[in-house]
Amino acid sequence: MSILQILFFALSAFAIGSAIMVLISKNPIHSVLWLILVFFAISGHYILLNAQFLAIVNIIVYAGAIMVLFLFVIMLINIKKDSEPQKQFLVKLLGVLAGGSFLTLLVALIKQTAQIEGRQLLMKDGVIGLIHPLGKVLFTDYVIPFEISSVLFLSAMVGAVIIGKK
Amino acid sequence: MTLHSFDWAFVIEKLILIIIIVLTTLLITLYTTFGERKVAAILQDRPGPNRVGPFGLFQPLADGLKLIMKEEIIPTAASKWLFILGPGLAMTASLMTSAVIPWSTDLHLFGRTIALQVADVNIGILYVFAVVSMSVYGIMIGGWASNNKFSLMSALRAASQAISYEIAMGLALIALLMTTGTLSLKTIVADQVSGHWWNVVYQPLGFIIFFICAMAECNRTPFDLPEAENELNFGYHQEYSSMKLGFYLFAEYVNMIMSSTIMASMYFGGYDLPFFDESTVAPNIAAMIGIGTLLIKIVLFVFLFMWIRWTIPRFRYDQLMNLGWKTMIPLALFNMLLTGAMILAKL
Repeated sequence: MSILQILFFALSAFAIGSAIMVLISKNPIHSVLWLILVFFAISGHYILLNAQFLAIVNIIVYAGAIMVLFLFVIMLINIKKDSEPQKQFLVKLLGVLAGGSFLTLLVALIKQTAQIEGRQLLMKDGVIGLIHPLGKVLFTDYVIPFEISSVLFLSAMVGAVIIGKK
Repeated sequence: MTLHSFDWAFVIEKLILIIIIVLTTLLITLYTTFGERKVAAILQDRPGPNRVGPFGLFQPLADGLKLIMKEEIIPTAASKWLFILGPGLAMTASLMTSAVIPWSTDLHLFGRTIALQVADVNIGILYVFAVVSMSVYGIMIGGWASNNKFSLMSALRAASQAISYEIAMGLALIALLMTTGTLSLKTIVADQVSGHWWNVVYQPLGFIIFFICAMAECNRTPFDLPEAENELNFGYHQEYSSMKLGFYLFAEYVNMIMSSTIMASMYFGGYDLPFFDESTVAPNIAAMIGIGTLLIKIVLFVFLFMWIRWTIPRFRYDQLMNLGWKTMIPLALFNMLLTGAMILAKL
């Protein structure tokens, strides 16, 4: 096995193991911490694809900012193990149904869109994830979706401030 | 690439470099604590530590020994693993920044060209930024795991402070990147060495914003609200004892040194000795001069940090938030606009 393969399988095992720990941890703080590890493993995968920019932005935005806010909220409301609300059976069943159908949808999507056979994975020497090619693509081919999504973010921010002021 | 065709000499070279950098950083940190006490003493007109060894020079060793020898207490109500993880994380995150810093020009030893930088990654500065955003976890996890109300409050304060000042810091960085056109720290320093002015000439406002935010990220006075003794007892490390406490205290100094290094590299030419042409001396000597120059710049910055700490009193919490959101972020945005306008005018 080459080093890349060893790294890939180690990272994948790490990601899946941490993801399982997110689900089965009793304490919500532990869940959040495991989730941070999942993000790190995924960033590792990005680095294997030589998508350095994506990897680091994933860490800055998700692991560094959003997860801090998650921790912040959970620490503030201070959930105890015994005071955690017990969900009813029907709600749990619906949750399983919704999650299961989403999984089926994802699998079907991947199977339909990506013709995996005969494709080669650009391990280690792809360039699309580096900052120069990515910036060029974002500001030439995809400039309108990019600008529209930034307007969307701005309106979400303004909305959050207004709701917060009430 | 298989295990056999691996360039082992390269790996060993990098490993040695990492070990040297980490050990040197820790040694310098040890004496930064001594420096802090001496600077405080000078500013307060008293002699400072002068008992252990000549001029009190062995004081940090005595302090370290004391910390290691103290009894280690883990509170029974604490979350044990996270309680241990907290200080480790704080220390790791503060040391990790050193990976992308270019310490000097290349060394030529044993027929090899050795770059004095652990990793010249494409996204250098963003890596530093990611590590900075990670460093708050050490405080948050430690504060929460202590199971103490004061520690928890301090952890929440630390998190909100870090997030607030990261935004202004990022915006100041964007303005710098607009002038340099690259994220690689090596290229940024090399551009400043080769004839141009230092970046601080182009980005004076950006530097001031970055400096203030760096002080806030390091939790230095006047921004040391997470450990405000008079309201939160001792903050997030209140329950810690022995070397775990030592790690937290040490991590603050390592952070200070690392942010000084980053500021020296980004705004003050890194290893560039001004008015001196490095190509006139042998490459190895030039590299040594570079390291010395960078160290002097770091020491000057660290002294500035200390000077401010022992001069300015701590902010109130609302003052801190007002400064972050209502002064720093608009100023950083204005700086960004100004930089953009300057670049347009030049075209």
